[in-house]
Amino acid sequence: MPSSTPRSGIDPMEWWRRFQEEHAWQLREFVFTLGLLRRNPSAVAGSCIIAAMVFLALAAPWIAPHDPIRISLSERLSSPSWHHLFGTDELGRDIFSRVLFGARISLRIGLLVVGIAGGLGTVLGAVAGYVGGKLDDAIMRCLDIVLSFPSLVLAMALAAALGPSLRNAIMAVAFVMIPKFARLVRGEALAVREKPFIAAAKVSGAGHGWIILHHVIPNCLSSVIVLGTLVVGETILIASSLSFIGLGAQPPTPEWGAMISVGRKFLMDQWWYATFPGCFILVTVIGFNIFGDALRDVLDPRIRR
Amino acid sequence: MRLLRYIAKRLLHLIPVLLGVTALVFVISHAIPGDPARMMAGQKASREAVENLRRSMGLDRPLHEQYLRYMWGLLHGDLGRSVRSQRPVAEDLKDFFPATLELTLASMSLCLVVGLPLGILSAVRRNRPVDHASRVFSVCGVSMPVFWLGLMLLLLFYRNLQWLPGSGRLDVGLDPPASVTGLYLVDALLEGNGPVFFNALSHIILPAFCLSYVYLAVITRIVRSSMIAVMEQDYVTTARANGLAEAVVILKHCLKNSLIPTVTIAGLSVGELLGGAILTETIFDWPGMGKYVVDSVNFLDFPAIMGFTLVVSLSYVFINLTVDVIYAFLNPQIRY
Amino acid sequence: MDTDLLRIQDLSVRFFTYQGVVRALEGVWLSVRRGEILGLVGETGCGKSVLARSILRLIADPPGKISGGRILFKGRDLLALPMKEMRRIRGNDISMIFQEPMTSLNPVFTVGNQMEEVVRLHQKVSRKAARRICVEMLTQVRMPDAEAVLRKYPHELSGGMRQRVMIALELSCRPDLLIADEPTTALDVTVQAQVLHILSDLTRARETSVLFITHDLGVVAHLCDRVAVMYAGKIVETAPVEALFQSPRHPYTRGLLAAVPSLDEDREFLASIPGVVPGLIDPPGGCRFHPRCDGAGEPCRRMEPAGVEVGEDHWVFCHGIR
Repeated sequence: MPSSTPRSGIDPMEWWRRFQEEHAWQLREFVFTLGLLRRNPSAVAGSCIIAAMVFLALAAPWIAPHDPIRISLSERLSSPSWHHLFGTDELGRDIFSRVLFGARISLRIGLLVVGIAGGLGTVLGAVAGYVGGKLDDAIMRCLDIVLSFPSLVLAMALAAALGPSLRNAIMAVAFVMIPKFARLVRGEALAVREKPFIAAAKVSGAGHGWIILHHVIPNCLSSVIVLGTLVVGETILIASSLSFIGLGAQPPTPEWGAMISVGRKFLMDQWWYATFPGCFILVTVIGFNIFGDALRDVLDPRIRR
Repeated sequence: MRLLRYIAKRLLHLIPVLLGVTALVFVISHAIPGDPARMMAGQKASREAVENLRRSMGLDRPLHEQYLRYMWGLLHGDLGRSVRSQRPVAEDLKDFFPATLELTLASMSLCLVVGLPLGILSAVRRNRPVDHASRVFSVCGVSMPVFWLGLMLLLLFYRNLQWLPGSGRLDVGLDPPASVTGLYLVDALLEGNGPVFFNALSHIILPAFCLSYVYLAVITRIVRSSMIAVMEQDYVTTARANGLAEAVVILKHCLKNSLIPTVTIAGLSVGELLGGAILTETIFDWPGMGKYVVDSVNFLDFPAIMGFTLVVSLSYVFINLTVDVIYAFLNPQIRY
Repeated sequence: MDTDLLRIQDLSVRFFTYQGVVRALEGVWLSVRRGEILGLVGETGCGKSVLARSILRLIADPPGKISGGRILFKGRDLLALPMKEMRRIRGNDISMIFQEPMTSLNPVFTVGNQMEEVVRLHQKVSRKAARRICVEMLTQVRMPDAEAVLRKYPHELSGGMRQRVMIALELSCRPDLLIADEPTTALDVTVQAQVLHILSDLTRARETSVLFITHDLGVVAHLCDRVAVMYAGKIVETAPVEALFQSPRHPYTRGLLAAVPSLDEDREFLASIPGVVPGLIDPPGGCRFHPRCDGAGEPCRRMEPAGVEVGEDHWVFCHGIR
């Protein structure tokens, strides 16, 4: 295991060259993984869906035909047409444009939650697994308690207690997701702890914090990425469910779940209102789920060789 | 004997979990940033009412004292008083519980009846059209926003085809059967009341399917993958080499082994079912605890939300205890 | 009466994998006579287990396929039988013991459940009678307290005990042929000897033919009447045990025998055959052994060798024999 010493003020090209040298093995693995992914049909399909959603989200201000929050009462509740691809809502806003902007919100929620929960969960899990003993027991017992709640129920209770807002919903969902990452990383950290390079690092005088940061966590990273991908999908589902029951994004935010929540009132006569945002949730989550599953297969060492 | 020892052991393990669950609910309801008294009293209560409540709930006391008081209340079935109905939350939940139970049980049966055979079929016909179809079906299931699925089912079967009713447990005007279990389907059968039974059945089909889909997908998936793993084992070859018929090999030798991981996952995924009930009941106006809690959310009825959270989470814990027992029953290798 | 119980003729088995077509068996001829113990030896991966599984048609399809040949058992071609007939033969006329005693019994059913199931399937007897047969069989494999063993789960037994249970199970229907695929490889040496004893005593007493697959030549010398040597999916030499050990003719057999450490000789080094076992996706043309053979000449590269009878009942497939 090559060790890298942190340096500052180094020329980026020089840094990249050193990085390549020190991590030649990891880079080769990475390229190999990419090759396997390219030959896996569900990985390709999943990444295409994700890429399309990311594109729609980024380009929403330019490709959306209308302003997502501009009210036009004369056009309200009009059915899908060339002018309004997905029809309009009760205030005459263009649902297609709102759905495009909704992609920004949902993806941001997904990334934020995975970032927060993945970060905290990884650190907690790595510390628990590496340090072991009483600290491990304490951390894991606490996380087990969080896992004894159905995720949506706990997220709902937390969001209700924090007050209905998108920010609070994100925090609630992130809290619920932490144990998933922590348990995974702890398991891997337990295995990594016994590896010879950890002993080598200890002998050469590395501190525990440094070892966790430079050896334990990097070795768990591929599993964390797999879980992260799957959790993005789950997060989008839970967050939109919270918005649907009125605990997430508040109107007039064009969040998919919130749109369906309002659209439900018009379901019997204006079918398009609730239908299209839901299609986007479904497709986005499918994208993350099949990509995550494919990634897991590809990274599975038993299948790999 | 072996099983009894195991159950006793699991019950002992349950104590810290129960303490933890109640503690977390306590923390959420008492120590959250913001004003718990204001939350408990509701947004519309007067300042005096809030202050009175603060004192009467002991919210001015130190936290550990509040916790003991809270636990004492819980042991006596006290979940607080609902702001909306002005009744004890425990009683409200008791009224709404049977409807939720009926819906979840119906969904679970649907899962077993459809999910198990589908998973087995998928594994046996691996990489054939049936398998591909069932995998697409499962991926859609785990990616499906339950509330949207419910709306789409309503659009299709209620609005367009008009095959099935879209809300409630019975048609308006029909009297519910005399309550024995609280489950309309069972009660109607006990009463021998055909029309009510079939009416209740027609009402439960859509919500039960909607609620079960996610869970169904999870079950199908895990049955498929564990069946595939088991079918590669040596003892399966032994069974075949001894001349057992393929049906016996699959349904006896493979199935019991693959049920072991399936049961674990099924138990953990009941959480999906309980969470999904919140959404499904809202969509189909199903008068259960899930609809009750969503109405409470809209009213910011905090005690009701917390009471619901506690009751559902405790049910989840007990369901998983049952699952552990089934697991031990299936797996003779379990040790303590 | 025909002395051959089982006659394998020109059997070929292929596996269709992502890497290519694996020619696991190519034109194998072999026969097992009534009442004999025939050893089948060869290195790991040479196709011994595939051969054993093909006899009972246990090759998973896909990816495997029996692509040619006949397997005549008492004159009937097993490969042409309908599956229903085949199942009547499995475990009843021909039965099989596998290498791994730890995994060849189902962990979630008791030993009794699994034994009785097979006995009742083939012998159509009552549950009680089946139980009696099982107890009887377990006693014959020298299992103390057979009744208790029947109530146990496989994980409660040791490896040696499980393999004895397997022997009892597989002999319970009095088969004509027992295929034993490295039945002792996974066991401790002391247990190995005991299990082999039981196996040979029982089968000799019942005049059951045995196809004994192993890579352990010591076991072969001790146990078998006749030996077939296999290399890279082909049989290269068959002979009575004494003839094979005293005058091996195929260069591969000689190499194998030279690689066995012997107490009689005082040698500094163990001999080994140069080169490696060829991959079976793209096996060498002609004689499959020629890349590793000292005496390989021009015909070895081009043509498959035909069988030559060099002694009584002693056949060799090599161009070097004339």
